[in-house]
Amino acid sequence: MAGDRVAVVGVGQTVHRTARKDVSMAGLVREAAQEALDDAGMTWSDIDAVVLGKAPDMFEGVAMPELYLADALGAVGKPMIRVHTAGSVGGSTAIVAAKLISSGVHERVLTVAYEKQSESNATWGLSVAMPFAAPLVAGAGGYFAPLIRAYMYRSGAPRHIGHLVAVKDRLAALRNPKAHLHIPDIDLKMVEESFLLWDPLRLLDVCPSSDGAMAMVLGSEKVAAAAPGPVAWVHGMAMRSEPTMFARRDQVNPQAGKDCAKDVYAQAGITDPRHDFDCAEVYVPFSWYEPMWLENLGFCAEGDGWKLTEAGATGPDGDIPWNMSGGVLSSNPIGASGMVRFGEAAQQVRERSGDYQVELKTGRALGHAYGGGSQFFSMWVVGNTKP
Amino acid sequence: MRDVAVVSYTSSNVARDAMHNETEMIVPVLHEAIAQSGIAHDDIGFVCSGSLDYLQGGPFAFVAGLDAVGAWPPVRESHVEMDAAWALYEAWIAIQTGEVDSALIYGFGKSSPGDLHEIMSLQLDPYYLLPLWPSMVDVGALQASAYLDASDRTDRDLAEVAARSQRNAQQNPNALRKGNVTADDLLKQPVTHHPLRDSDIFPITDGSAAIVLAAGDLARKVSKRPAWIRRIEHRIEAHSLGVRDLTQSESTRAAGVAAGVANAKFDVAELHAQFSHEELILAEALGLDPAQTDINPSGGALAANPVMSAGLARIGEVARRISNGAADRGVAHASSGPALQQNMVVVLEGE
Repeated sequence: MAGDRVAVVGVGQTVHRTARKDVSMAGLVREAAQEALDDAGMTWSDIDAVVLGKAPDMFEGVAMPELYLADALGAVGKPMIRVHTAGSVGGSTAIVAAKLISSGVHERVLTVAYEKQSESNATWGLSVAMPFAAPLVAGAGGYFAPLIRAYMYRSGAPRHIGHLVAVKDRLAALRNPKAHLHIPDIDLKMVEESFLLWDPLRLLDVCPSSDGAMAMVLGSEKVAAAAPGPVAWVHGMAMRSEPTMFARRDQVNPQAGKDCAKDVYAQAGITDPRHDFDCAEVYVPFSWYEPMWLENLGFCAEGDGWKLTEAGATGPDGDIPWNMSGGVLSSNPIGASGMVRFGEAAQQVRERSGDYQVELKTGRALGHAYGGGSQFFSMWVVGNTKP
Repeated sequence: MRDVAVVSYTSSNVARDAMHNETEMIVPVLHEAIAQSGIAHDDIGFVCSGSLDYLQGGPFAFVAGLDAVGAWPPVRESHVEMDAAWALYEAWIAIQTGEVDSALIYGFGKSSPGDLHEIMSLQLDPYYLLPLWPSMVDVGALQASAYLDASDRTDRDLAEVAARSQRNAQQNPNALRKGNVTADDLLKQPVTHHPLRDSDIFPITDGSAAIVLAAGDLARKVSKRPAWIRRIEHRIEAHSLGVRDLTQSESTRAAGVAAGVANAKFDVAELHAQFSHEELILAEALGLDPAQTDINPSGGALAANPVMSAGLARIGEVARRISNGAADRGVAHASSGPALQQNMVVVLEGE
């Protein structure tokens, strides 16, 4: 990884719910930020700069909300940056914050991502018909379902694979008190009998719409040495983007995702992700994206992702657990979801994941986020040893 | 810190571009910036942009921008929902990490399709300020009143700023409001938002700007006279208008101190002032002496205000004057938020 060493020294996360009516937007982000500061053994005045991320402003109706949230995030008198890279933004925000340290400019950076989706309706917020553009008034599910059908056609995956992921991630969420969805009696039959929304996606194959926030305090090597608890070292970080549509673009297995993974693995010395990682938190908002990203991220050969899922390799007792926290399928405050992945990966290597902690062997974990029409990617590799 | 310079800058502004969508609007600006940089398109290490969904009226205003960039094979890319001056800051940081040696930065927005003054009200605290629906001009006028009340300045001082902007803008092909006018001419016009006249308020602008940054030897190789970024600092203030001293810009002052601006000599300054009084407040915060420093020779944002790229354009305008030899040292300023809530100060120098 280029530049100075960076470590995650504090992590904070709100409880995710359909509607957090007990807090304002400022209260929501502050709840996560305060927990991250407490975890890092710091106070607001210790922070050099604040980096905020979230998805489209129309989800809450506040334009450039970093301005209004500067006070709540203790940014007054400090540098503040607002990142927006679609669904990958939670990860991108963490990367921008980490670069403020790896560049040598700052020592302690607070980074926060949030979405308070109960303020509006994200599906229709995503579906504004624009002049001069092809109308895709479909919401995210309507956009991704045809790509999933293309994946099924290519790979020959049987129809129940998605449902297996839907059950696995909801069972995982039962161990995570902060997860939005807790469905104790979830099973394959319940998923199969839920409403068909966008073939092959049934209601329970789909992420919820959540209010929530995630925060991390990132520190330099010096700050990490003084941290009160274990830290997660950043071993690699990368972002890649490609255009939404053009002839011959592979939207099912996008090149930008492959390039991003290749870059971040090279930085971290990962040659066999299935073996070199203890676990991964990957952005899976629709159940079928687990097998699709298994292939895109190189955890198996193209066409084999569904076989890993079917064999239970990605379950809590499998050889490469994915989304131990319950994942995006169990909590989806969109703009925060990427940072939740990055932060949950960090918590695993810090051995701070409570009832969903995996056993550490290599001490390394992957955090992943994607957005737009499968075109924006952000990833980082964290580890429990200094890179 | 690595030496990083502006090696090319382009911009394009019109009052109303009804013929192009945002992507079509930025294609020529981006490609001219890349061509002028002397760096091959595929060799540019990083891309970062600034835009605002609410200007376009839909989510993801920046996504279609990738079509203009030509992001294939996939690129290292990011976006801030801020003036593109902050995209330049993110790119400068990326270069500082050593990961890349060059970056393309662009900002864009069309203000003409909607009611910009009301749209920008959506920046306000949604619980306490927004329900009052002050427009951005109302907020500007409130600040102007507070400033005139607290100082010995009058509306003649505002008119002097506005008239100088229009005279300077005559040399700027990208300026919209320009003319050989005097303060006396402008003072004959009616006050529209006390104490502001229309000439004290930026013109509605559709436009964009792009900059290419390069590090060290690459900058020296592609540019005869790179405009080196010596310091770049930014700060934010409290949001609520009621808890700030609107007659000063504390965050500009603090960023200026951090950037070493105090008591320094500058040939040129470009200040992102959307209202006449803002230029006076900003010049005071940075300690600029108009007798020594040419302030807003481009006409500034009073001459053309492409929202989301007007701050980036200030950096570009200073860099242009350094690269063409007209200036040796300059300071650029960018702002975000109501009543100058957030401010950036950039010090640029020739070799």
